[in-house]
Order: sequence, then structure tokens, then C-alpha cells
Amino acid sequence: MHVELFALLQAGPLDAVLAPFYWLLSLWSKAMFGLYDATGLEFLQYQFMHRAILVGLCIGVMAPLIGTFLVHRQLALIGDALAHTAFAGVAVGLFLNGVFSLGVSPYLTAVVVAVIAALLIELISEATDAYNDVSMAIVLSTGFALGTVLISLNAGGLAVGINQYLFGNLSTVSAENAAILLVLFGIIVATIALTRNQLLYVTFDETAAAVSGISVTWYNRVMVMLTALVVVGAMQIMGVILVAAMLVVPVAGAAQVSKSFTQSLLVSVVLAELAVLLGIGLSYYGGATAGGVIVLVAVAIYTVSVIAGKLQERASDDSVPELGSIDSSDA
Amino acid sequence: MSVLTDEEHDDAELDSKSSEDADSTPADPLVELSDVEFGYTAAPVVEDISIRITPGEYVAIVGPNGSGKSTLMKLILGLLRPDEGSATLFGEPSHSFDDGARIGYVAQHASASKEMPITVREVVKMGRFPHVGFGILSAEDHEIVDEALATVGMSDFANRRVTQLSGGQRQRAFIARALAGEADLLVLDEPTVGVDAESVDAFYDLLESLNDEGITILLIEHDLGAVTDHAERIICLNREVYFDGPTDDFVESDALARAFGTAATVMGDI
Repeated sequence: MHVELFALLQAGPLDAVLAPFYWLLSLWSKAMFGLYDATGLEFLQYQFMHRAILVGLCIGVMAPLIGTFLVHRQLALIGDALAHTAFAGVAVGLFLNGVFSLGVSPYLTAVVVAVIAALLIELISEATDAYNDVSMAIVLSTGFALGTVLISLNAGGLAVGINQYLFGNLSTVSAENAAILLVLFGIIVATIALTRNQLLYVTFDETAAAVSGISVTWYNRVMVMLTALVVVGAMQIMGVILVAAMLVVPVAGAAQVSKSFTQSLLVSVVLAELAVLLGIGLSYYGGATAGGVIVLVAVAIYTVSVIAGKLQERASDDSVPELGSIDSSDA
Repeated sequence: MSVLTDEEHDDAELDSKSSEDADSTPADPLVELSDVEFGYTAAPVVEDISIRITPGEYVAIVGPNGSGKSTLMKLILGLLRPDEGSATLFGEPSHSFDDGARIGYVAQHASASKEMPITVREVVKMGRFPHVGFGILSAEDHEIVDEALATVGMSDFANRRVTQLSGGQRQRAFIARALAGEADLLVLDEPTVGVDAESVDAFYDLLESLNDEGITILLIEHDLGAVTDHAERIICLNREVYFDGPTDDFVESDALARAFGTAATVMGDI
């Protein structure tokens, strides 16, 4: 007991925070080994795949959850802008580690930089009274430019590992990064669960939400900051270039076949999980990059959803109900 | 260009229904603007605006495009702060008024994408959000939602996607949302744009029946014929208030021609 406590104290504050999540990871790994024994699926015998699957499952929940609010506010591209700034954050982390030997996780610096960029986009939109392509393009370009400059300045081997951040990589999901993702997952899901009423109202009718007393500015900030966290979390597997797809494609597919907002949230999560699990499996056996395969699977699912939606529309050629009479006595 | 003097304004108010009902003690105003001026730049969009709306009134604000109607609505709702003068809602400064459930707001369109899959019931439930905050809707909240749907005759449409509704049906759903919030004041910003003529009549009938039940109606409208047929009091605006008084007096006055800068006439049933 004393030895464990000493080791915990020596490990530093981050490891102390992540300790329970390492424990969760070990539990998950045991379960995956159990599944391997039961099914004999080859890729389940590797611990890095256990972590990749867990990270993928988390992405499949949190990306469409926040993506649903973004897509219906016509802010689908904000994820792309934030992913590029997250890349700058990774470069900052690598730079600090290269120059000062700090040993900080590039994903943590990516979280910080992406959240700052998210607030910047929000402040620009508040100042100009609208989200606009120009502000997003400026933030996106600045982030990517900063990232490439920092990497080129510190070329002594850093560029070698940059591909994993650009395109994602199943095998490089470390225990630390998986634990960080679990923390982000908890924060994101809890925040959305708590603020779902307000986020929905602001998404559907911003002015009516403001009149009803909801602080639209505050919830817009919450939304972009959550997006930044999702982007960084999903970047490990998806890579900077493709991460935004998970915010948009499953949501767009769900919108085609869902009859209500609640249903669209659930369907988008199911479609995203399907894309992630199929994508990871196919990329393992095909030897292809996971991010790309996941997106291709997601787009295939979206195509099927569009067709299913059209068929559903045609089949539900039901009669329009009569408009009821006005019952003012209930007013 | 003339504006109403304070005396004329008070006279107009004496003629209004609420003042008649209030015997010798005038009711506390739901909305009160005093000498309000506001501009997005140095040039004012609205100026010298003094308006008092009391409980139970049915008021329409009319004016040509660019006359400052929407700006005035935002000032009333506390979405903008006056550069000069004061604006109050239910006796509190509008910008810091925090009991949003007392106000129902109905716009031409919602701001969400047209593809958003959301049902009428989900929209009406939003009216309860100011009451429940971060919590979940109780059985009582759901009952109130059902009652609001029944009141506007939309019970059979409760599980339909809003995107499948006609313009008139959609506006009924938004009114149901305001009713679910148990609003005392209903503010409607050009609600009948893009709505077919038959639905417009039904829509105004609904507003009238809600007003009969005691809900104060504030309507911002471009359709002069419709408002003179239904509203009891007209405020005619073109940066300044050109007329504020009973609808019958408005129809007979020259305020319309002066505000619109043309020999306009009202094509209503009056």
C-alpha cells in the first residue's frame, strides 16, 4: 500500500489524475482478452488494439453527440478548423519536448491550443455578429501554419512522427493517451447531458432561446469548447485531416432516417459506432490507415441512409391529419 | 415629420382597451419604453420612442421596411440596450429581465437548418425548459405540453417533423411552445410571412382567442390589412412613432401615408 502511494506521488499530478483510468484500461483489456478467448478474433490478442477499440467506441459516442448540434446550426466545418489548430497544439507539445525535454503529452498541449482556438472563433463570431467562413479559414490556416513552422524549426527527428497526428494510427494509442481520452469523454458526455435542453434550444431557435433567458453566448462557447475536446480526442485514430468527418457524416446519415431529434442523436451514435468498429476491423485486416477506412465506411453508411430515407418517405405516403380546432379554453 | 407628444400618447392610451378596463388605477405595464433611442452606428435606427403596453392588450407595430420594427422588438425583449432612455419588461430593466418563461417569442422561421429532424412535441417542450433548467420534464410538464398542443389544434401533429408542416402549422407549433411556457406576453415578429391566406385567417383567430383568455399580444407585422382587422391598438413606426392609438383611429388618420411616405391605404375588412 505504502509502495503504491509512493509510486503515485512520484509519478506527478497527471499520472495521479489518470490512475483510475489506467485501472479502467486494465479492466477493459481483460474483457477484450476474454472476448479473444471466446471468439478467436486475431486482432483482439493485442493490447494496442484493445486501446484503439476503446478509443474508437468513445469517439463513436462523443463525436455525433456534439456533431448533431453543430450540423443543425450549419457549423459542420468548425470541426475541421479546430482539428488544424489541434495540430498546432501537437506541434507545440513536440517542440517543447524537443527543446526543453518536458515530457508533456502532445495531446494535452493540443487540448489547450484547440480550446483557445475555439474561444477565438467564438469571440470573432461575437464581434462580427455571425459565424463566418472567413474567421474559420483564418483560424484553420493559422493553426496549420504554426504547426508546420514549429515542426520545421525542430526538424531533428520530429517530422518522422508527425504522420500519426495527420492521419491517425491505431498502434500508437498509448495507455496515457487512452486515459486522457477517457477523461475527455467523461467531461464531454457529462456536459452535454447536463446542458442538453439549453444546447437544443439554442440550436433550434437562437433568438427564442435568448428571449427565454438562456445565455446564448455562454452556450455557444460551451459548444465550441466541447467540439475542440472531441476533435483532440478523436485525432489519435482519425488524424487531423479526417477528424471532422466523425462530427458530420454519422449525423447527416441519422438526419435522413430519424423522425425526432432524440432519435437522431441515438441513430447517429449507432451509425458512428458501426463505422468505427467496421473501419478498425477492415483497416487491421487490410493493412490500411484506420482513419481513412472509418470515414469511407461512414460515407457508405450515409449513402445507404439517404436511400433508406427516400424509401421511407415514399412508403410513408400517409394521409395528412386534419388540423384540430382551436381550443381556447385550454389557454 | 411629426411624432406623438407625451400628451397625445397618453390620450391614445386612455382609448385603449386595457385602460378602459382598469377603472381609475392603470395596470402596471408589461412593456414600457421611455424616450428610447438606439442605433447600430452613430445614426439612430429608432429615436424618441415612448411606448407603454399593459396586460391584456393586443398591439400591432407596423411600418415600412427598414423602419426599425425589428430593432424596436429587440429593445422591448432586452436583446438590445437603448443608447438613450429606458426599457422595462414586467417592471424590470429589459436587458436584465430573467424570467424568460413569461415571454413567448414567435419568429418567421427558426434558425436551425431545414433538415433538422425535430418533432412538433419536441419544439413545444422547449417552452418548459426555462422552468426545468438542467432537469428533466416531469409528468406535469408533459401534461402542460399536451394542453398547449390541444389549444392550438396540433395534437394530431405532435409527432410530425416540423419540416413536414405548412407555414401556418409551424407558427401554431411555435405559439404552442409559448403557451407551454405559460407566457403572459406573446411577441410575434412577422409571423405570417410565407403562410397561405386561409391559414393566416385561422392564425389570427387563434391570436384573438388567446388574447380573450388574457394573454397580451404584441405583433410586428408588414400586412396592414391583417393587423387592422385584428389588433386593437396600432403603433405606426418609421424611426419615430407616427401613430399610437386605437385601430379605428389609425385607419382614418394620415399616419400611414406620412410613415410610409406615400398615399397608402389599408386593404382590410374595416
